[in-house]
Amino acid sequence: MADLRVNIAGVEFKNPVITASGTFGFGQEYARIYDISRLGGISCKGTTLHERPGNPSPRIAETPSGILNSVGLQNPGVDAFIRDDLPFLKKQNTVIIANIAGSQIEDYVETVRRLQDADVDMIELNISCPNVKEGGVSFGTSAKSVENITKQVKAVAKQPLMIKLTPNVTDITETAAAAEAGGADAVSLINTLTGMKIDINTRRPILKNNTGGMSGAAVFPVALRMVWQVANRVKIPVVGMGGITKWQDAVEMLLAGATAVQIGTANFTDAYTPLKVIAGINDYLDEHGEKSVLDIVGKVQVW
Amino acid sequence: MVQAYFKIHSVEKLNDTTYSFVIACPALAKESWCGRFVNIQCGEKTLRRPISISEIDSENGTITIVFEVRGEGTAWLAKQKAGDELNILGPLGNGFFPEKDKPAIFIGGGIGCPPMLGAAQDYGKNAEAILGFRSKEQLILLDKFEQCCQSVSVTTNDGSFGTKGFVTDILKEKLQEKPDCIVYACGPMPMLKGVAAMCAEHDVQCYVSLEQRMGCGIGACLVCACKTHEKDGEHMRHVCKNGPVFDAREVDFNG
Ligand SMILES: Cc1cc2nc3c(=O)[nH]c(=O)nc-3n(C[C@H](O)[C@H](O)[C@H](O)COP(=O)(O)OP(=O)(O)OC[C@H]3O[C@@H](n4cnc5c(N)ncnc54)[C@H](O)[C@@H]3O)c2cc1C
Ligand SMILES: Cc1cc2nc3c(=O)[nH]c(=O)nc-3n(C[C@H](O)[C@H](O)[C@H](O)COP(=O)(O)O)c2cc1C
Ligand code: FES
Repeated sequence: MADLRVNIAGVEFKNPVITASGTFGFGQEYARIYDISRLGGISCKGTTLHERPGNPSPRIAETPSGILNSVGLQNPGVDAFIRDDLPFLKKQNTVIIANIAGSQIEDYVETVRRLQDADVDMIELNISCPNVKEGGVSFGTSAKSVENITKQVKAVAKQPLMIKLTPNVTDITETAAAAEAGGADAVSLINTLTGMKIDINTRRPILKNNTGGMSGAAVFPVALRMVWQVANRVKIPVVGMGGITKWQDAVEMLLAGATAVQIGTANFTDAYTPLKVIAGINDYLDEHGEKSVLDIVGKVQVW
Repeated sequence: MVQAYFKIHSVEKLNDTTYSFVIACPALAKESWCGRFVNIQCGEKTLRRPISISEIDSENGTITIVFEVRGEGTAWLAKQKAGDELNILGPLGNGFFPEKDKPAIFIGGGIGCPPMLGAAQDYGKNAEAILGFRSKEQLILLDKFEQCCQSVSVTTNDGSFGTKGFVTDILKEKLQEKPDCIVYACGPMPMLKGVAAMCAEHDVQCYVSLEQRMGCGIGACLVCACKTHEKDGEHMRHVCKNGPVFDAREVDFNG
């Protein structure tokens, strides 16, 4: 049994496997299938200052080895999250990460301020959202805006702050470095890649929102490349995700430089994926004579 | 709720594109009731396919599912044989709770018939069923409905079997005969919309089973949204968790 513990910005995880935001709700549903305390952590559904109804249906389409989603951040708002969902999560004996979204900087700041005294271990900032004051351009696409939002949120955050990067940029190392410069304690990547699917019979997009975020196995090589690039650029810990469906993918992410991984879409295919990945990482470490998972982080030997 | 491999006990082809599987799944069957559904892994597909539980045999620990080949997922499913194992997540959703002290009418449109069969069987002898199909070739489960119902009416769009027209044509007469009944329906959206409107007009309680594209199937991902208008206002409910069965008066058929 290898030591699977990892520490990210002072937060200890019993293992490096976290369920990804938006795919795992607030934990209650999957807890009916297995003991979720076995997870390293849970990144909660993206939460905003006020309740959001989300986009009209259909909100999901299947694509080759992946999916597109356009949920549109449906969530009950941060106060309801603290009141209704946190008490259950708190009892689960796993790291709880609040995932925060907004449409202007003031919303992010206020949402994180309301979480100051809440029992969450970490904050993950989803900066892939459109900034209404900047004509809907995502907060996460320019280095300047990433540094700015990180700085402002960091000023009010009581818990360690992780910035979740969007892959829909020219150079993700620039936005990662900007997050670090703004004071982020960690970065996580990747969020979804914008995509589209059309029904050729009706000539209409499957998603009512026309476009959506792509995730699942198909994005894995892109995500891995980005995690590797970012891990080589910043000194803060990197949490890798995007298309992980099996333990081998997670090991690749760790070798590329991720200290922990998140699993999203694969939960839909097989609810037990996170547990299988944890077991697989452990067996891999044992087989290779590694005592700790940390011994393989960033250990890819590039040509 | 379980996710596990269960064996296909037997397979029956009901028409050119529709199959019926009896699945041996004691752990799942014991939590099943009519109108609930299961989410089935189909080969290499990322998403599971939601299929209703049509019949339940709790004594033998089996459920029956009936599905139509629509695309790649259901085409894969149709290739499975007796003895093969399916990875199934379920049972899911709220299901029907037929009120047995009121006359009930069960309406199924095409592949919407299978979930109504379990509900009609559960309700018992006084059930009335109205089944609608495009034409005679699509007809399924008529014998099964006849076994458990007091009366079964069939409509086909082209008149090749039963009454030519739509289920609502028959429903209209029935509602005049039995103004105190409850209606349960499953089928394509335009049919459900028509049934719901007619029931509202006659002030008859109506429950509809809805479909929506799904991710997790258990209420965690929020992709299967359905807009409702409830006493306390508008909500985005989720077909997999709050449904698939909804009070027709609350459903926003345009949202
Ligand atoms: C609660 C519920 C119960 C259902 N019960 C039955 C049943 O008993 N028998 C039956 O034949 N069919 C049933 N369906 C519809 C069935 O799920 C779809 O026909 C099936 O998913 C199509 O998959 P495919 O890969 O063959 O088609 P594709 O069109 O290739 O599927 C592509 C994607 O869209 C989804 N999708 C396509 N059509 C539908 C639909 N109508 N509803 C939901 N998702 C869809 C698929 O799941 C898949 O993710 C039910 C749907 C729901 C939501
Ligand atoms: C249905 C769905 C909803 C999502 N919602 C959120 C969200 O609210 N906040 C967020 O930061 N990421 C969200 N994501 C992105 C995932 O957390 C993750 O970054 C992405 O899906 C890539 O990982 P995967 O391929 O393992 O799914 C969502 C993804 C899916 C599929
Ligand atoms: S399919 Fe995930 S919430 Fe309904």
